[in-house]
Amino acid sequence: MKPSAFDYVRPLSLDEAMEQLAIDPFESKVLSGGQSLIPMMNFRLARPERLIDINRVPGLEGIVPGQDRVTIGARTRHLAVQNTGLQGPLGSLLRTAAAQVGHLPIRTRGTFGGSIAHCDAASEWCLVARLLDAEMTVRSTRGERTIPAADFFQAIFTTAMEPDEILTSISLPALDDHHVTGIAEFARRAGDFAIVAATAAVKIEDGVVTRARVCLGGVSEVPWRSQAAESALLGSAWSAGAVAEAAAAAADEVDPPSDSHGDADYRRDLVRALLPRALNTAGAGS
Amino acid sequence: MTRSTVPVRLYVNGDRYDIDIEPRRTLADALREDCALTGTHLGCEHGVCGACTVLLDGQPVRACLMFAVQAEGASVRTVEGLAPDEETLHPVQKAFWEHHGLQCGFCTPGFLTLVTGYLEEHPEAQEDELRDVLSSNLCRCTGYQNIVTATMSAAEEMRG
Repeated sequence: MKPSAFDYVRPLSLDEAMEQLAIDPFESKVLSGGQSLIPMMNFRLARPERLIDINRVPGLEGIVPGQDRVTIGARTRHLAVQNTGLQGPLGSLLRTAAAQVGHLPIRTRGTFGGSIAHCDAASEWCLVARLLDAEMTVRSTRGERTIPAADFFQAIFTTAMEPDEILTSISLPALDDHHVTGIAEFARRAGDFAIVAATAAVKIEDGVVTRARVCLGGVSEVPWRSQAAESALLGSAWSAGAVAEAAAAAADEVDPPSDSHGDADYRRDLVRALLPRALNTAGAGS
Repeated sequence: MTRSTVPVRLYVNGDRYDIDIEPRRTLADALREDCALTGTHLGCEHGVCGACTVLLDGQPVRACLMFAVQAEGASVRTVEGLAPDEETLHPVQKAFWEHHGLQCGFCTPGFLTLVTGYLEEHPEAQEDELRDVLSSNLCRCTGYQNIVTATMSAAEEMRG
């Protein structure tokens, strides 16, 4: 339960961090909050030769609202997201999701971008990023590029980032006040990774759904955008019944894994139950 | 694989510790092995049990999930730093004592630091919120009810 030895580098600027990472990218890991990496190192599931600690690099934290998009610095701690004063349906979604990330002492250290770069299919931030078609900005000594969420999450613990790239910020669309957002998840104990999680952002104008986004966790290797649920919602009159139908469509569509946490049928049941909870229509009449 | 040690300066409970450690030394191990502050306990060593919780610049963190070298320049507070003096218990310690918030005591340092850190920032916290905070740490003896009672009692005393 002790990590293997590594060389420790603590750059004081992003340029220095990128240069350090470029020296030996395949044997190096970027250390941000460390709340996933360090457990893996303690178990020796990860044995990086070098750690590039970016905790002293300026400019990587904060939530900055823009005209159409909101930019979140990759090293923004979960607790800072939970406490954000960001207005509107996006702010509400971020606060609700952050409160479900691990426990308080994990949220004080763990980071928004670290969770996304780690790419666990049940992670709240991977779900939110995929839900809202987030754009991930990554940098290396070779330059900067922006990767859309649809391409970013490739497989469990595998993203489109190259080993020499550092995730620096994530941008999300600002959602206008016609949106309803939410996230709900089920785990056996508070703070555990969700067995299944559902998140949604639905735009309602004059009582009709004009845009629907639904994303599920725990049903595939990477966050799953449910086209079945989205098509079921789109154009429908906004009601608890419409959400229940969309949840049923999503449950039929997914092909979840079976493991010791729950078999495929159980996970489908959770999808049916959780999407209405995420949109706060569970228990309401149709 | 042997790596050289690096000098690290830690500030723990207001005292300065100049230690030489490998970068892989976790903060929890450095506190116990290099600073001789064995009040911080190590249970699971992967961030689940919370026994090693300490306050880093006032915020609760898992000391097994950061390296000591990362704590340079920060203020660390451990269970040894809660009581104001040798004769007086911190209100949270007193409440755990009075309400039987511990049996074997292994998890207690983590609960005391967690609760102290939270109540010092959120003295008005209500039971639902405190139960959510307490879910961070594991206790295998008490069944938690007395820990909740002790925490509520400490909150009341700290509000004054």
